[in-house]
Amino acid sequence: MTTTTSGTGWAVEAQGLVKTFGDNRAVDGIDLRIRTGAVYGFLGPNGAGKTTTIRMLATLLRPDAGTATVFGRDVAREAQAVRQLIGVTGQYASVDESLSATENLVLFGRLLGLSRRDARRTAAALLDEFGLGEAAARPLKNFSGGMRRRLDLAASLIARPPLIFLDEPTTGLDPRTRLQMWDTVRRLVDGGSTVLLTTQYLDEADQLAERIAVIDRGRLVAEGTGAELKASVGTSRIQVGLAEERDEDEARRIARAVLGVDVARTPDGRLSAPVATADAAGDLLVALRQAGIHLTEVGVQQPTLDEVFLTITGHAADAARTPEEVLA
Amino acid sequence: MTTLTTDRPAPRAGGAPVDGPALAAAVSTHVPLATTVRQSLTMGWRGLLKIRRTPEQLVDVTLQPIIFTLMFTYIFGGAIAGDVGSYLPFFIPGILVQTVITTSVVTGVQLREDMDKGVFDRFRSLPIARIAPLAGALLADTVRYAIATTLTLVMGLIMGWRPDGGFVGVVSAGLLVILCAWALSWIFAFFGVIARSASSVQGISMIVLFPLTFASNAFVPADTMPSWLKGFVDVNPVSHLVTAARELTLSGSWTVDALWALLGAAVVVAVFAPLTVRAYMRKA
Repeated sequence: MTTTTSGTGWAVEAQGLVKTFGDNRAVDGIDLRIRTGAVYGFLGPNGAGKTTTIRMLATLLRPDAGTATVFGRDVAREAQAVRQLIGVTGQYASVDESLSATENLVLFGRLLGLSRRDARRTAAALLDEFGLGEAAARPLKNFSGGMRRRLDLAASLIARPPLIFLDEPTTGLDPRTRLQMWDTVRRLVDGGSTVLLTTQYLDEADQLAERIAVIDRGRLVAEGTGAELKASVGTSRIQVGLAEERDEDEARRIARAVLGVDVARTPDGRLSAPVATADAAGDLLVALRQAGIHLTEVGVQQPTLDEVFLTITGHAADAARTPEEVLA
Repeated sequence: MTTLTTDRPAPRAGGAPVDGPALAAAVSTHVPLATTVRQSLTMGWRGLLKIRRTPEQLVDVTLQPIIFTLMFTYIFGGAIAGDVGSYLPFFIPGILVQTVITTSVVTGVQLREDMDKGVFDRFRSLPIARIAPLAGALLADTVRYAIATTLTLVMGLIMGWRPDGGFVGVVSAGLLVILCAWALSWIFAFFGVIARSASSVQGISMIVLFPLTFASNAFVPADTMPSWLKGFVDVNPVSHLVTAARELTLSGSWTVDALWALLGAAVVVAVFAPLTVRAYMRKA
């Protein structure tokens, strides 16, 4: 919303980011441009390099190659300036387990230069906002995963940073807490913040993100709006099982003609193709019927992350098997 | 909007929209010294809260002074000084230095454990002085040194030690030892930052600790030692610290040894504080 004044107007700009752990290229040349005031989603399986990329942008890891800026300030050369522009919420809660929720927020507020009184007031306001008011004085040991996650996010918002990194903010949360987290993200953006979030869930990226980068094996394999990505995968997939295996070539030809896309073969021998609309699925079934091709089964599925990957990368998501990202 | 060298712009607690580009143009990469000190004190406050929450961490600084002081007094006393009573004025300052410095090893071990937790990730991502989380942890640990110091001195008094240096002399000796232990704890903090695990910190630290404390005049006069060892004992800053503490408790007078001890402490901080911060930043 506010693409003003200095620099390029991009909240994040990265060129050729590389990070290697041993002989594993966790991030292998990623270019990024993230608009100010938007939610940007990193979508990819475990070990794809999402967290490593975020850690480089958040000054927690030094890139082995490439450059990145946050609102025009270089993450490697001007790390201290960048840290004043960002809030980081990790995959696991980065709060002090031995302190209470209030003490945590007061600690971070004081470190950020708030007076004792302002730190207390901000802490109380944030705890209320995140529904943690009642648990404020309790030790964190008794906090649930969702409460920890909310406290962690609250801690990232003390300074109202213009750029917020959320690394898998809803992984492991129950559906209700997940929706609350989505609301929070939307409110942040309404307040003018830019949010960069990673997720393993297509629907989450779709719900929240203006643009989505699909990351696989340390590379950015696709980038665009949710609609653009879905157009490439189909909003859903139709899967058909053929009664006669010899019909396969003819069925593929018909599907290509009707749907305008190539057909994939699932491991259990069914044919699978993206369909943009429910009507397209109907058209295909009618065409197959007219050609006298008999089916044993028909199913229409919402696209899964696996299928996004299958379509974009040509291999299944779980085949992107790189070692767990090194966090230390 | 162009407060380039002062503190960061105060965070807006209200609902004002954040203007990233404008803020980006205003923020500075420099953390002023006063801010660094304040942030270190805030981190020290965190350390104190942690100690209050987990008082079992204080076991070493409460039990060790009591046991060591009792044990060594009765083991060495008769053999070295003829009787326990005449050994105490010589021994109490020695065991004080030994105990408090041993305590400072735990600083490195606990720092390592602390750094393995998620909260250090947040400290790294905050726009605070890099040294603050380390300095704060070390600062809070002076509380541990103060407890060890007090208990050692009280044990001595219970066993019949009557220091001629008086209250001021004894307190001065205690403060001098605490200050030097804080300086030495930077060595162990450095091991804490570079080591892979807390137990390896303990291991490396002991290798430094034992020659430093035992090859000194803390327990016995150096006169009977072979000349090569006496040579080391004479330059060992711990010896100077022990002698300084001894003079303070015996007569209440500051000697040149106190100066050497403080100089040694300053050198240790000057060398190990930057090394530690550099290693910490490389990990960050």
